[in-house]
Amino acid sequence: MKAVITVTGRDSMGIIARVSTSCAECGVNIMDISQSVLHEYFAMIMLVDIDKLTIPFTDFVDRMAELGHSSALEIHTMHEDIFNSMHRI
Amino acid sequence: MINMTDILETINMIREENLDIRTVTMGISLIDCVSDDGDRLCGKVYDKITKSAERLVSTACDIEKQYGIPIINKRVSVTPVSLISGACSPDGFVKLAHTLDRAAKTLGIDFIGGFGALVQKGTGASAARLIDAIPQALAETKKVCSSVNVASTKAGINMDAIAKMGGVIKHTAQLTRERDSIGCAKLVVFANVPEDNPFMAGAFHGMGEPETVINVGVSGSGVVASAVKRAGNCDFSALADIIKKTAFKITRVGQLVAGEASRRLGVPLGIVDLSLAPTPAIGDSVARIIEGMGVDVCGAPGTTAALAMLNDAVKKGGVMASSSVGGLSGAFIPVSEDEGMIAAAERGALSLEKLEAMTAVCSVGLDMIAIPGDTPEDVICGIIADEMSIGVANNKTTAVRLIPACGKSAGDSVTFGGLLGYAPVMRVSPFGCASFVARGGTIPAPIHSLKN
Repeated sequence: MKAVITVTGRDSMGIIARVSTSCAECGVNIMDISQSVLHEYFAMIMLVDIDKLTIPFTDFVDRMAELGHSSALEIHTMHEDIFNSMHRI
Repeated sequence: MINMTDILETINMIREENLDIRTVTMGISLIDCVSDDGDRLCGKVYDKITKSAERLVSTACDIEKQYGIPIINKRVSVTPVSLISGACSPDGFVKLAHTLDRAAKTLGIDFIGGFGALVQKGTGASAARLIDAIPQALAETKKVCSSVNVASTKAGINMDAIAKMGGVIKHTAQLTRERDSIGCAKLVVFANVPEDNPFMAGAFHGMGEPETVINVGVSGSGVVASAVKRAGNCDFSALADIIKKTAFKITRVGQLVAGEASRRLGVPLGIVDLSLAPTPAIGDSVARIIEGMGVDVCGAPGTTAALAMLNDAVKKGGVMASSSVGGLSGAFIPVSEDEGMIAAAERGALSLEKLEAMTAVCSVGLDMIAIPGDTPEDVICGIIADEMSIGVANNKTTAVRLIPACGKSAGDSVTFGGLLGYAPVMRVSPFGCASFVARGGTIPAPIHSLKN
């Protein structure tokens, strides 16, 4: 199973490092990253594999949101099913 | 592989266009709670509801987190209580309403529906006592919602019940006059009421439903409004196509959440309601969709056609997205709950008469409309009878949720807060129909051949 992590906020050094470290600590493998910086505004979408997630998914969602909160970023984690439901027939 | 455009579209719908799940409503049968003792009945009802829906709120919150989509309300609907409480006095019904309210508070849900009766063909003794108890019950409770079905295409229109409901609405308004007559926002009069509706105030658990069931209502007015805006100046076929595709996507989210809630709670999946439910928030309005189609202000000529087209396209798109569609399934036009409707009413573009015409082509009826507190009872009854006849003649659901705001006159405003919103008090015809209402009896069911 996969999930989508979106990260938005003011650009600073080490955002990807912090997010990916958190992912690795929870057994989440990064599959794809799309990232851009526009006028100091950072936006990233990560597609991650959550098959080997070591904690419940909702706890992982909270953990990423908390990381966002402490780094002045917005981090949202969503299960892939919502995208598949909406865009696949 | 999911592509980035799809991801961005979904995220944009949720964060910018107010896509959310309006409600996950659990229907619970109370038939096995029947007792000839009022206190015993209340005890059994409380236990049944709190046990059956024990995990409803926590499960909905988990699903909300898992998919990153807000679930605004968690609700419970129960068997119309007039059917399980034959031995109750009016006081006993008020006590039962308190029991429902207490159960709702224990569960942490937003509303509980089912304090109601079905009287389309005649009013039973139990239903009559329940109707008498409605004003006090709604004034003394917070989360309890009440609905009374007074008409159906098969039975006709119970004018005695309508005459009664006029008084009940006025009395409810008076008992809650300190809070802008908010009691009336929790009371709705129906024709052809659906038995699986997840939306309040009309939700109840029908007699043909399983023991417990999960019904879900989606809210995607903002998403459709944005899609219509982006479509620019295309013709109506192209516009209908865009609305259908958007409705499909919105409903698929509803289906996903409904399926997941049903699986996790071990409760059968009932229906997904396709209704476009607006909120008072900016950018979540059905009126703005109509205006996006090119009508200057909601209520102007063209509004009914625009709404009919919207309603039809939403159904066509939504039907394919869900395994089971039901409830009200159409566009809602509750005045106080829709930012664009409020603005249109304040500008004088939207009148009660135009709203009545609009209800002929969409769900659900004259909804959340504040009228002057001194509106005579017979005028309220007349408005209800008109609206019921639209439903009965057209074989569709219609409803009336009027708020005769005590101490307020046309041009004033009332504020209910939250999803119930605020509304300008609308002008009502100065002419009445007292002798018409006083006739009583039943308006016969309409013929269904010789259509014209």
